[in-house]
Amino acid sequence: MSADWIEVCGVDDVPVLGSRVVERKAGGNIAIFRNQADVVFALLDRCPHKGGPLSQGIVFGERVACPLHNWSIGLVDGVAALPDEGCTKTFTVKVDGGRVYLDAHEVYAGGGTSAPDVPTNALAA
Amino acid sequence: MDGDYQKQKLVLVGNGMAGVRTLEELLKIAPDLYDITVFGAEPHANYNRILLSPVLAGEQTIEQIMLNQVEWYAENGITLHLNKTIVKIDRVRRQVIAADGTVAPYDRLLLATGSNPFILPVPGKDLQGVLSYRDIADTHGMIDAAAVYKHAVVIGGGLLGLEAANGLKLRGMDVTVVHINPWLMERQLDKVAAKMLQKSLEERGLKFLLEAQTAELIGNEQGRVKAVRFKDGSEVPADLVVMAVGIRPNTALAQLAGLRCSERPGGILVNDTMQTYDPRIYAVGECVNHRGSAYGLVAPLFEMARVCATHLAQFGIGMYAGSVTSTKLKVTGIDLFSAGDFTGGADTEEITLSDPIGGVYKKLVIRDDKLIGACLYGDTVDGAWYFQLLREGKSITEIRDHLMFGEDHLGDTGHQGQSKALTMADDAEVCGCNGVAKGTICKAIKDKGLFTLDDVRKHTKASSSCGSCTGLVEQLLMFVAGGDYSAAPTSKPMCGCTDHTHQDARDAIRKEHLTTIPDVMRYLAWRTPNGCASCRPALNYYLISTWPKEAKDDPQSRFINERAHANIQKDGTYSVIPRMWGGETNASELRRIADVVDKYKIPTVKVTGGQRIDLLGVKKEDLKSVWTELDMPSGHAYAKALRTVKTCVGSEWCRFGTQNSTLMGQQLERDLWRMYSPHKVKIAVSGCPRNCAESGIKDVGVIGVDSGWEIYVGGNGGIKTEVAEFFVKAKTHEEVLEYSGAFLQLYREEGWYLERTVHYIARVGLDHVKKLVLEDAANRAALYERLQFAMQDEPDPWHQPEKALVDERQFVPVATL
Repeated sequence: MSADWIEVCGVDDVPVLGSRVVERKAGGNIAIFRNQADVVFALLDRCPHKGGPLSQGIVFGERVACPLHNWSIGLVDGVAALPDEGCTKTFTVKVDGGRVYLDAHEVYAGGGTSAPDVPTNALAA
Repeated sequence: MDGDYQKQKLVLVGNGMAGVRTLEELLKIAPDLYDITVFGAEPHANYNRILLSPVLAGEQTIEQIMLNQVEWYAENGITLHLNKTIVKIDRVRRQVIAADGTVAPYDRLLLATGSNPFILPVPGKDLQGVLSYRDIADTHGMIDAAAVYKHAVVIGGGLLGLEAANGLKLRGMDVTVVHINPWLMERQLDKVAAKMLQKSLEERGLKFLLEAQTAELIGNEQGRVKAVRFKDGSEVPADLVVMAVGIRPNTALAQLAGLRCSERPGGILVNDTMQTYDPRIYAVGECVNHRGSAYGLVAPLFEMARVCATHLAQFGIGMYAGSVTSTKLKVTGIDLFSAGDFTGGADTEEITLSDPIGGVYKKLVIRDDKLIGACLYGDTVDGAWYFQLLREGKSITEIRDHLMFGEDHLGDTGHQGQSKALTMADDAEVCGCNGVAKGTICKAIKDKGLFTLDDVRKHTKASSSCGSCTGLVEQLLMFVAGGDYSAAPTSKPMCGCTDHTHQDARDAIRKEHLTTIPDVMRYLAWRTPNGCASCRPALNYYLISTWPKEAKDDPQSRFINERAHANIQKDGTYSVIPRMWGGETNASELRRIADVVDKYKIPTVKVTGGQRIDLLGVKKEDLKSVWTELDMPSGHAYAKALRTVKTCVGSEWCRFGTQNSTLMGQQLERDLWRMYSPHKVKIAVSGCPRNCAESGIKDVGVIGVDSGWEIYVGGNGGIKTEVAEFFVKAKTHEEVLEYSGAFLQLYREEGWYLERTVHYIARVGLDHVKKLVLEDAANRAALYERLQFAMQDEPDPWHQPEKALVDERQFVPVATL
C-alpha cells in the first residue's frame, strides 16, 4: 500500500531532545520526537506500562523516559528496555524539506504499526 | 596488523565466574568490538561456584546453579571450547595453545584461571577417596562417596571445610573435621564466636579434632584411603578425605609465559586497570594479585570484571582500587557473619554482646570513631548494615550508644521496622512502593543469576523507588546469591552513562569552569551521546547552581514537572499549587481560586500538608490561563526547590506564642522562593516550643523561644522520619534569614542531586556544616551573598515564562488531525 503523506509540522516546531503532540480524534494522540541528531520519530503518546504520556518524557539518544515511572521506550521501535516488557505503537515519519509528514493510512486507521513488523520507521532528512 | 575491517580477537582462558562476568560487562557496552573465544578446562558452561555447598547439601541442583548455558555463548557469537586446558601462551606470536593442540590467536588475552586447592604434602595424598573441594567434579565425587561409604574426614576447619562437612553429614556420613588451629574459621571469627559455632555444629552431629596435625593418609589393599594418622600417632577411620586447607591462585600458565607473579599471597600481578606485565594480557578473579591482595570472594571479582570490561571496551576510565570483603557461612540454620578487621589491636576499642544460652554473640571493632570490623554469630540481621558503615568509613560517634542493637534502633519511626528478611514468608511484601514480595525477589535472584542491588532493582523493581527496603533486599541477596554478597561500592557512578560519581561531576564543573551539559560530557568522557533521564537533570542542576547567571538552564534536561511548572498526575493531567506566603491567604485569593476551579472544571481541590491549596486534574492546555487568572505566584510544588514555609499563628493571635512566627515564615519564604536545590526543601516556623508547625521534621525548622529563635536542620517527614538536629540559636529575624540562607546555599553548592538535607548532612557531617556556616562568620556572609546573587531577578515561571525559558509551545498541540 503506498503512503499518503500528511504534513503535520516543521522539524523546528519540535524542540531538540523534546516532543510535540499531534491530537487525533480517534485512537489516541501521537507524540512527535526530535533527538540531538535531528532525527524525527513518532510514537503513540501512551506508555505500554500505565499509559503515561511519552511526549512529556526526557528524550536521550534514541529513547524516551516515560514521565510516570521512568520506563525507557525506544523511539525507533516503541519497545521498552529490558527487563521491562511492553511495546507502544510506532508511526512512519517522513521528513522532506524540513517538514514532518505522517502516513494517512496509519493516522486514520487509528492504528500505527506494532514494532516487530517494521524494521525502522525513522527516516532522517 | 589485521585489516581495518576485521574485528580484534579476544581470548578468555578460564570459563569461571570472573572471566564470564567480564565478557557480560563488555558485551553490554561494546557488543561488536571483539571476536571472542573462551577456553574452559571443565566440561561445564559457566556456573555459580559459590553455590556448590547447597548442591552438596542437597538443597539445590547443578541445573539451578548454572549462570550461562552453552546457548548463551552461541547467541553472543562466542566460540566456546570446553574440556580444553590452555598449556601455553606464545606472547611473540600472540596465540594460546591448548593441551589437545588447539591454537587460538589473540589481540587481547584475558586470564581468569582462578585458583587451585592446596593439597597437604603428606604420604597418601594421591590415594583414591582423597578429594579437594573446588568444582562440580569434586562435588559429584563427594555425593557419590556419601552414597557408598560411612566415614568422612574433612581436613581444614575454614569456610569451605565446614560447608563440605555439613553437606556430607546431611548426606548421611559420619564426619570428623580436622583443624590445625585452636578454633574454627580463625580468619573470619574470634575465639568466642568460633566456640559457639563449634557447639552448634556438634549438636548437628559433626565431630571436631582441633590442633591436630595430619601426618599421613593410610590406604587399604585396593589403594583407597581407610584412615588418617596424626603427628601424635592417633588415627581416625576415613573412607573419604576432603582437603579444604586453602586455595592458591593458579598462576602456572602466566608464570610460564613470563608474566610477573607474586610469591605471597600469590597471584598474577595486575595494575588498577587489571593489566598484567604484558599490557595486551589482562587478568581478573582469584588468580590475580592486586596491590598485594588476592581475593576469593565474588563481589571483588565482579568489581574487577567491570573495570576490566571498560578498559577492554577502550573507555579506559574505570579503576579498581581494591575491596573490603565480608564472609557468611552457607550452612542452613547457622547465622554467621564477619567483615573487616574483627581481631582488633592496641589502638582499637571493642563493643561485645555475648549471650551463650541464647546463642548470640556480636563483636564490633572501632578505631578513631569508625567501625572497622564486625563479627556476628546467631543474629546476623544487621550484617549488611554494619558492612555498609564499615565500607563508608563514617563516624559512628552519634549512633555509638545504639550501634550494637542494629539499624532498627536508630529511628523510632519510619518504614524500617521489620528487618528479619529471612524469617519473612514468601508472600510477604518487601517493597511497599512496587508491591514486590519476598518470593518474587528470591526467585529472580536465583533464576536470573542476580548479584547486585542494581540487578534486583532492574529486574524486580524492588527497592527502586523510595529505597527504604534496600536493607531487606541486601539481606535476601546475601542469603540467596551466596554468602559473600557485598553491596554496591562506596563510590557509585552517577548512572550507566558514566563511571564518574556525582562528586566527580561537581568537581569537574567547578574546577574546569564547565558551563554546558555537552562540555561536561565531553570532559568526563560520557559513554552516551546525550546522557539519560537520570544524569541530565543532575548535570543541569550542577551547572546552574555552580555558575548562576552564566550557565544556561536546559529545560529539556529537566523532569516534566519542572518543564511544565506543574505536577504530572497518573492520568496525564496536572496539579497546580499557588504560593501562599507562610500559609496565609485572604478573601480575594480564595475568590479567584474558586472562580478558576469553576471556569476550568477542576475536579479536585485539596488542602495540602504545607498549608496551601492544591488544584488537581488541570489539563495541560489550561495551565497558562489558570496561572494568569489565579494571579498568585508559583508555589514550586513541582520542583526541586523551596516548597513551602509552614507556620503557626504565633504571637499575633496565640495566647502561648512568644514570637511572631507567621511574619518570620513569610520573610523566609520571600527570601528563598524560586531557589532551586538538589532536592525539595521544606521549612517551618513555630512561635513557641509547642512547635505546632512541626519544625522538627523540616529541612530547616525554626522554633521561637523567649530570647529569640532556635534553628534546626536536616529533618525529614518522608519515607523515614528523621528528627532535625539543633544547629544554632539566633536573636533577630535577620540572623535567622542569614543562618538559614547560608546553610541552604552550602547544601546547594555541595549536595548531590536528589540528596535531601538529612542525607547531605549524614554524608559530610554536621561538624563540617557548622564549621563553614557557624564558626566562620565571613564565610557565612559570603554564602548568603552568593545565594542572594543567584536569586536576584530570578523569574516566576508562571508569570514571566519567557524569562524563565518556559517553552510555551508545549501547551498547545502541534497539529490536530
